[in-house]
Amino acid sequence: MTGTVSDLSTQPAPVAPPPARGGLVVVLRRGWRQLTSMRTALLLLFLLAVAAVPGSLLPQRPLNPPKVQEYLDAHTTVGPVLDRLGFFDVFASPWFAAIYLLLAVSLVGCIVPRLRLHARAMTTPPPAAPKRFDRLPQYAEPAVIAADPVAGAAAVRAVLRRKRWRTTVRTAEDGTVEISAEKGYLRETGNLVFHTAILALLAGAAAGVLWGWQGNVLLTEGNTFCNTTQGYDQYDLGQQVDGSDLPPFCLSLDRFRATYLDSGQPSSYAASVRYGAGDADPRRPVDIRVNEPLRLSGARVYLLDHGYAPILKYTDRYGQVFSSPNPFLPSDLVTLTSDGAAVFADANQKPGERARTRNVEVAFEGVYTPTAPESGPRVRSVFPAERSPGITLAAYRGDTGLGSGIPRSVYSLDQNQVQKGALKLVGSKFLRPGQTWKLDDGSTLEFVGTKQWAGLRVDEDPGQKVVLVASVLMVIGLIGSLTVRRRRLWVRLAPGAGGTVVGVGGLARTDADSYDEEFRRTVADLGRATAAQPVSAVED
Amino acid sequence: MPVDATLATLSDRLLVAAILVYSAAMLVYAAEYSFGRRSRVGPAAAPAAPAGAAALVGAGAALAAAPVSPAVGGGTGPAVTTGPAGTGSTGRPVEGRSGTAVAGAAAAVLTVVGLLLHAGVLVTRAAAAHRVPWGNMYEFAISVCFIAVLAWLVVMARQARGERRASIRHLGAFVMLPVVLLLGLAGTVLYTPVVPLVPALNSYWLWIHVSAAVIASGVFLVSFVTATLYLIREKYDRVTAAGGTLRFPATLGARFPAADGLERTTFRVIAFAFPVWTFATIAGAIWAEAAWSRYWGWDPKETWAFIAWVIYAAYLHARATAGWRGRRAAWIAVLGWAAMMINLFGVNLVITGLHSYAGLQ
Ligand code: HEM
Repeated sequence: MTGTVSDLSTQPAPVAPPPARGGLVVVLRRGWRQLTSMRTALLLLFLLAVAAVPGSLLPQRPLNPPKVQEYLDAHTTVGPVLDRLGFFDVFASPWFAAIYLLLAVSLVGCIVPRLRLHARAMTTPPPAAPKRFDRLPQYAEPAVIAADPVAGAAAVRAVLRRKRWRTTVRTAEDGTVEISAEKGYLRETGNLVFHTAILALLAGAAAGVLWGWQGNVLLTEGNTFCNTTQGYDQYDLGQQVDGSDLPPFCLSLDRFRATYLDSGQPSSYAASVRYGAGDADPRRPVDIRVNEPLRLSGARVYLLDHGYAPILKYTDRYGQVFSSPNPFLPSDLVTLTSDGAAVFADANQKPGERARTRNVEVAFEGVYTPTAPESGPRVRSVFPAERSPGITLAAYRGDTGLGSGIPRSVYSLDQNQVQKGALKLVGSKFLRPGQTWKLDDGSTLEFVGTKQWAGLRVDEDPGQKVVLVASVLMVIGLIGSLTVRRRRLWVRLAPGAGGTVVGVGGLARTDADSYDEEFRRTVADLGRATAAQPVSAVED
Repeated sequence: MPVDATLATLSDRLLVAAILVYSAAMLVYAAEYSFGRRSRVGPAAAPAAPAGAAALVGAGAALAAAPVSPAVGGGTGPAVTTGPAGTGSTGRPVEGRSGTAVAGAAAAVLTVVGLLLHAGVLVTRAAAAHRVPWGNMYEFAISVCFIAVLAWLVVMARQARGERRASIRHLGAFVMLPVVLLLGLAGTVLYTPVVPLVPALNSYWLWIHVSAAVIASGVFLVSFVTATLYLIREKYDRVTAAGGTLRFPATLGARFPAADGLERTTFRVIAFAFPVWTFATIAGAIWAEAAWSRYWGWDPKETWAFIAWVIYAAYLHARATAGWRGRRAAWIAVLGWAAMMINLFGVNLVITGLHSYAGLQ
């Protein structure tokens, strides 16, 4: 019997045991069969799921390095072991890679033979009818038609063709005509598209790792940065990328705006920037928002976070003025209480003097509160927007440890210098914008006001388009594979006494009960087209 | 736009009402289940009509009466069929006006009423917040339950309409139970007052990604229930065949439909939900690309979405692997739901990531 159930299966046929020949070839072949078997695929899928679990339970370096350190500090015995085994970067660990690479190899070994089988199935006619239809899951009681088998077959075939069945006609010696019909090839096509798309997705993801890059930059209003490795606070290039591959463009931040509800919940963020290809004075204006990155050719610019940069103007003993916005980092993301520092390493050097006076560097460290409370400690903001801004600063004098150079913005002072006594606390004060603080040596610090800063991420992932196309194909393939049913239908027209006896049988591999309905409808249509009569009616 | 407090309160009241009505439905279902006759597709007692036949005669009149054989699905298990329409497998009439039938109908009506109230919860919540009602975990959970009840009603209707008249109405209690529990948890542990969206969630991808995730999760809930029922029934069959003594919960299996049918229903439900879940994950990746610059970052939420996806892929494979079809496959379906639940509760409440979605402080 040709139309067996397993015949319609979309799985690779079970393999016959290999011939009893020794040697490496046999071992390899057996290994390969094992690897590409359905059972192995299942096992590897399980392993993949299990292996992903620690990646969500343990802190992961790429997501949160401080948390990893915290864990290591708290678990001094297991921590280092887990670390060596790659548990703090599970998705880049060799064992995780081993699982998905084995799965990919297994997938190739699975797809290739099935492609061949499917191509053959698509090009060969549907198989001959089984002898007995009444053993099939679907069959129709035989009926009699007046037309001869050949004419009847033509009518049947026309109906089936119209319903887009693939048909073939076989005629036996005794004049019996058999029509074999098959439908639902899209099931296997969809399945193959789905599995092949998984491979394409893996390839796209790998391309992103090799040829992608990213950089982070904190940009204060009024400043410009250019897309070079020097332009970034921190960057990460893929293995196949070097700094000269970064597309040239510059971008400046004009204004950052955030709006809040009365509860303090943010309702919108927008960074108004200007950008231009490769020139230091970019002109094209655009707003970058959360969920709306700036997409350039070869790079994308995202708005990741934001904060305030208090402008501190320090006038030293000799009347020299130093002024800069100093980005402060939010320590509380809800109220934007922010910590930061300002270092004036070149202050208090006597003008015209060559030799450097030591221990007169000045630094300030403190807390900025966009909305300082009316009373109580002023180091906690109560609202993220600037309703009544204020800054609490501590002044230090001595050796900041930063040496000489332009006034640098750092986020905190070197605590070693403070502990060593090289940097001494001079005093502290709460300032409102416009207020000036007179220090003991006659120098002054004015809190001029604030600017805002935006944290931008610039990056490129050249594998992303491949991944997108592959995942769309995965969904389409899946839908085909899970909704289409492969089914067969046979019609036998045998010459008999009172006319031609017609029998119909059907077989579907999966979900056979949903074939019932279609089978009955098809049989009814065939009956109508051939003007069939029940067998008994003719015999009367 | 400001939150409409009246509508928000109405939404909360409707949730309580919906939970009460569902609970009532659960009790009535349980009554029907406990006192009702055996399932209409009970054990293969009735001699299956010989391989089913359709007559090749004219129009459908003759065909309608002819029982068509159940498929030998994949060649496993004995064929189980109902007799001619109108007779249960125990030979008793099906549509008798017995008390249990009335109870069953009443439970179904209660379920529909509950579902309407449930829809009211979501609509008023949306109107109060001026946005889609799935901006936080509370809203997500009640939406998932809504889809689960809806999906169950669809499955029930299809089964009752289908060729084999396999009524599964009396099993409603087993769906109402997790739904009521989840709704109760949502209304207490997860409850969040109505607030507008934070900027990160303010995107049309919220609509696309989360609605797909809600649909897939709700439908997966139904597959979890049918897979569990299958496991109970399968155990019942094994124990009775071996002449052993039944213990709870296998004792429940006596009134369940045949294991084969439950297995197929589980598959169909997962076959619907899996592509939707795949799409939801992909839509999430597209959104992540727009919001965070990377389409995939192994954030805990993403990791568990992936784990659940892989488990359901394993389920589909298991069904096609010799020795895995049936019991083992059903266990995988249960495991898949466990992963979905960990993603909903565990990740939001215990592990935190970029998906600051829970809205719990
Ligand atoms: C990345 C790993 C894989 C994933 C995520 C995956 C996923 C799936 C899914 C979801 C299905 C069910 C939908 C359908 O019928 O198309 C399926 C079916 C199938 N897969 Fe895979 N698969 C993977 C690897 C493999 C491998 C390595 C093999 C080869 C042994 C394989 C062989 C099959 C076969 C034969 C079917 C059809 C089963 C049937 O006839 O119902 N798959 N796969």
